[in-house]
Order: sequence, then C-alpha cells, then structure tokens
Amino acid sequence: MTSLSRDDVAKLAGLARIEMSDEELVALSNEFTVILDAVARVQEVASADVEATSHPLPLRNVFRPDVVAPSLTPAEALSGAPAQEEQRFRVPQILGEE
Amino acid sequence: MIRNSASEMASKLASGEITSVELTQAHLDRIQAVDTDVHAFLYVDTEGALTQAAAVDAKRKSGEKLSPLAGVPLALKDVMTQKGIPTTCGSKILEGWRPPYDSTVVTNLKKNDIVILGKTNMDEFAMGSSTENSAYGPTHNPWDLTRIPGGSGGGSAASLAAFEAPLAIGTDTGGSIRQPAAVTGTVGVKPTYGGVSRFGLVAFSSSLDQAGPCARTVLDAALLHEAIAGHDPKDSTSINAPVPAVVAAAKSGDVKGMKIGVVKELNGDGYQPGVRKRFEESLELLAAAGAEIVEVSAPNFEYALAAYYLIAPSECSSNLARFDAMRYGLRVGDSDGASAESVMNLTREVGFGREVKRRIILGTYALSSGYYDAYYGSAQKVRTLITQDFNKAFEIADVLVSPTCPTTAFKIGEKANDPLAMYLNDIATIPVNMAGIGGMSLPSGVADEDGLPVGFQIMSPVMKDERMYSVGASLEAALLSKWGAPLLSKIPALAGGQ
Repeated sequence: MTSLSRDDVAKLAGLARIEMSDEELVALSNEFTVILDAVARVQEVASADVEATSHPLPLRNVFRPDVVAPSLTPAEALSGAPAQEEQRFRVPQILGEE
Repeated sequence: MIRNSASEMASKLASGEITSVELTQAHLDRIQAVDTDVHAFLYVDTEGALTQAAAVDAKRKSGEKLSPLAGVPLALKDVMTQKGIPTTCGSKILEGWRPPYDSTVVTNLKKNDIVILGKTNMDEFAMGSSTENSAYGPTHNPWDLTRIPGGSGGGSAASLAAFEAPLAIGTDTGGSIRQPAAVTGTVGVKPTYGGVSRFGLVAFSSSLDQAGPCARTVLDAALLHEAIAGHDPKDSTSINAPVPAVVAAAKSGDVKGMKIGVVKELNGDGYQPGVRKRFEESLELLAAAGAEIVEVSAPNFEYALAAYYLIAPSECSSNLARFDAMRYGLRVGDSDGASAESVMNLTREVGFGREVKRRIILGTYALSSGYYDAYYGSAQKVRTLITQDFNKAFEIADVLVSPTCPTTAFKIGEKANDPLAMYLNDIATIPVNMAGIGGMSLPSGVADEDGLPVGFQIMSPVMKDERMYSVGASLEAALLSKWGAPLLSKIPALAGGQ
C-alpha cells in the first residue's frame, strides 16, 4: 500500500505552486492512499517487454511552410492581462530584494 | 419548432417556412424560460446570436449557396474559445476572461453559418462526470432535476434534452461527450483523435482530448461532425486526410453483413440490470437489421481506468501550469513586494477547485523523479496493451459495442465526496480515448427500474468513423419504429416551458 503523508502532499503542492490549508493537505493525503492503490494496478501488466505509448498517432516532426501569417496585435495579446505597462505584461517581482 | 431535429429545422429554413432569426429567438426564449432550473448555460450571447442569424437570413435572401446547417442554433461548451465571448472552462481562474481569438471549431461553425447561442456549463477544466465540479454550480438533468446530467459536458447535453438548442459542441477526454449523452437521452460522438482540431480547445490532457458533435439524432450529429472536422495546420496532431463520410453513412444506416463485436469485459457485473436489458434489446434489433453479432474479448480494458487516472492527471499537471496569474485570468495577492511565486501560489489556491487540485497533485506525483516509471511509465504501457486489444478485436468485428455507462443518472451530491466511485462512471468510455479511436453514444431507451435514459456505445477504428454512424442510424431507426416517437418525447415537461 502506497501512502502520501501530509508533508509529502505539501511538497507536491509547493512544486505545483498551489497554496493549501492544513485541512486540505490532510484530506488529500487520506484520499491519495485510496487513489494510489487503485491506479497502481497498472504495474500488474506493465512488463518490461511492453512498449510505452505516449500518443495515439504515429506523428513526428510536423512542420508548416515558413510563411508569415496574421497574428494577434499587442493590444489583443494584452487584452486579458491582469496588469500591463508599456505594452508589456506587468508581473510581480521575480527576484528577491537583495 | 424547437422540438424538431436540426435537419428538420434546416429544411424549414431552406424552404423559407421559418427564418434563422425566428428560430434563434425561439431558442433564446426557451433558454429564458427553463434555464433557471436546468442551468445548462454559463453565458447566453443574445445579441451575437441574433446578429449572426440575421446575417444568415440576408445571405439566404440574396440567393447565396449555404451549408446544410446554415441558420441552425448551437450551444458551445465553455472550454472552446470564441473571440470576445467569456470562456471560463467552469473555473474561477478564468472568470471574466474574453479570449482574443476563435478556436478552429468556432471558425468552422461560423464558416458554416451555424448560430452560436452561448457557452455551456461543464466540470472545471473538463475534469468530472457530473458537472458538479463547475465553479458556477451544477447543471440539472432535464429528465429529473435532482439528478446529474453527466460530465464534463453536462451543460451541452442538458441543453439538447431541454430543447434549448438542437446542436451542441462537446469535448471528450475520457467520456465527456458520450456519458452526458447517455444519461440525458441524446446523441454524442467522440471522433477519431485528430479528426477535429484542438486549436482553441483549452487543454486538459492533450493526448486524449477530442472535440465532437452533440445532437438529438444520429444524422444531426453527422452533419455537425462534417461541419467541424478536417485538417488544421494550427493543430499539429490534426489528421491530414479526408473527413470520413459520416453524413452518407448516417443517411443510409445500412448494417447488412456488418460484424458487430460485443466487448465481453464491458458488460455484466457492475452494470445496472435496466442498462443491460436495453443493451441486449438493441443487439437483437441490430441482428434483425442484418448485422452479425459476435463476442470479442479485451482483457486489458480492466486496467484502462487506472491508466487513465495517471495519464490524464499527469498531462493536466503540465497543461494547467499555464494558469500562472501572469498573462490572463485571475491574479490574487499582487500587493507591494509580493513575489511572483507567492502570487502564483495564492491565485491557484483560490482559482482552482477541489478536483482540479487533486488531479494536479496526483499528476505531479506520477511524473516526479523516482515514481515516473512506476506510475506514468506503466500507464503508458497499459495504453499500448489497450490499443493492441482494440486492434485484435477489430480483426474480428467492424465495430465494437457496449453500454455507454454502467448506470443511469445518479443524484446530485450522491458521489461528490467519493472520487473513485465517480471515476467508475467512465469505465466503458475511457478505453476509446486511450486508443484514439471513434466512439458514439445514442439512446437505447429508459431503464425499467428508474425510467431514466440508457446509452448504447459504438466504437469504430481510427478514421473509420462512418461505421459507427451506419450502426447508430440503423439502431436509431429500429428503435424509432418500435417506440413510435423519439425517446425525448417522453421527457417530463419543465416548469418554465410548455
């Protein structure tokens, strides 16, 4: 039986950039014990000789001709921006003060 | 007029008996009257729809040659972008967002002069089987308002059953077109993966997502299928080949000499007695119409659900990383000195609902170093085994069939706190997505024990979509002559409607 502790879930939530309350972390940790047991069944038949399928179509290197086509104007591209400045997305601080 | 099929409406429009403005207004009135109870729509574009309808009427008046569905209204699942029209995917994180571009499906609808009435409710980011995961409240099944309309495309299916629209667009990642169709007594088709462009379909699980037609008859679904399908240079996974001749197949409905394979593993224990009874009855009708019924086995299907709940969350954890509060959508906690990381964390906490968070975390785990091979890697191998099962079955049979869902519609709230019980709804629909083949659900009657609709699923090989339309049309015709009227004529009247 695989299980994820509250702290394991907290670490995953951090990686996924989702703030979570303690209550949410505990609830998810309990649910994951059941869910992981169910999904781990894939290991019963996934033997080494079976190839993996990542995608239903056998596609590779799909290109289109390198021709300039109309695209969004800066105003359209910025139309949903939470904040903007000088025709750019304004984002919160990325690096620390120091 | 709103109870006609889309093709009947199209004939009346072509003959001049009605105008598109009249037809559109009748549907807008119906939405006004019943949608408080049904809640199929998240947004109704009254002005846009009437403008589009007037433009079609003008074109028709001037003698322009129009497409078969020109002037017929349609409901669009809120996961598809439409320029300038709110697109939420049922999520708070996209509340108020108006996309600056049309999805290719919408471009094709507009090219065909199909009138877009508005956006329909769905489980948040298409994750769910009941539409209860919408951040904007659940949709109610028009057959019984206390029950779920299926999901994730519950809004699209309910709009058809409530006669709010004769056509709708859905998307199907693990059954989100077919399961809602089954529980609302409507028709839903998941085309072959790559058959309809995914450009502008907000991605959940890119290797599984597929848009498709929802309607009240097989022919209507086929007409809509041909209108939206085809190669799109904007989607690198779109298939560059002619669209299967689905309309011709739906019109002929000929199954003589066809071999129909019953999938042994998608029936039996766990399927409601009334569901099984309607399924057996449909098989008898198809046999009477000249098809040969054979049994096929797909031993690896029992692992499909487990593999799906690794692959879809893995892909979603990556796809939903784009909702980072930087370029569009919700932004929370952007006070002086707040870091980008804390803004992302807070925005995603508030913006995503329970099920979306659950799947992102599960996907993050399945893809993490040290667990990748055991979970995501193993699931990809199961995907190969399922595809091999299908390939073997299609050597024996031209199409495969099963009940679409193990049960009829359950009560709203009944499974909301049990993710695994909820996931089981999709047990018969998921294998199709794993292999990228086509699947259809059409009504096969109501279950004796509860009087609720039951769906019959038909699966066809890659780019042989016309086969499921032949079988669907044949069964639909046989059932219609047995019942004397379409199944939806039995649906109880809604309080606001007549």
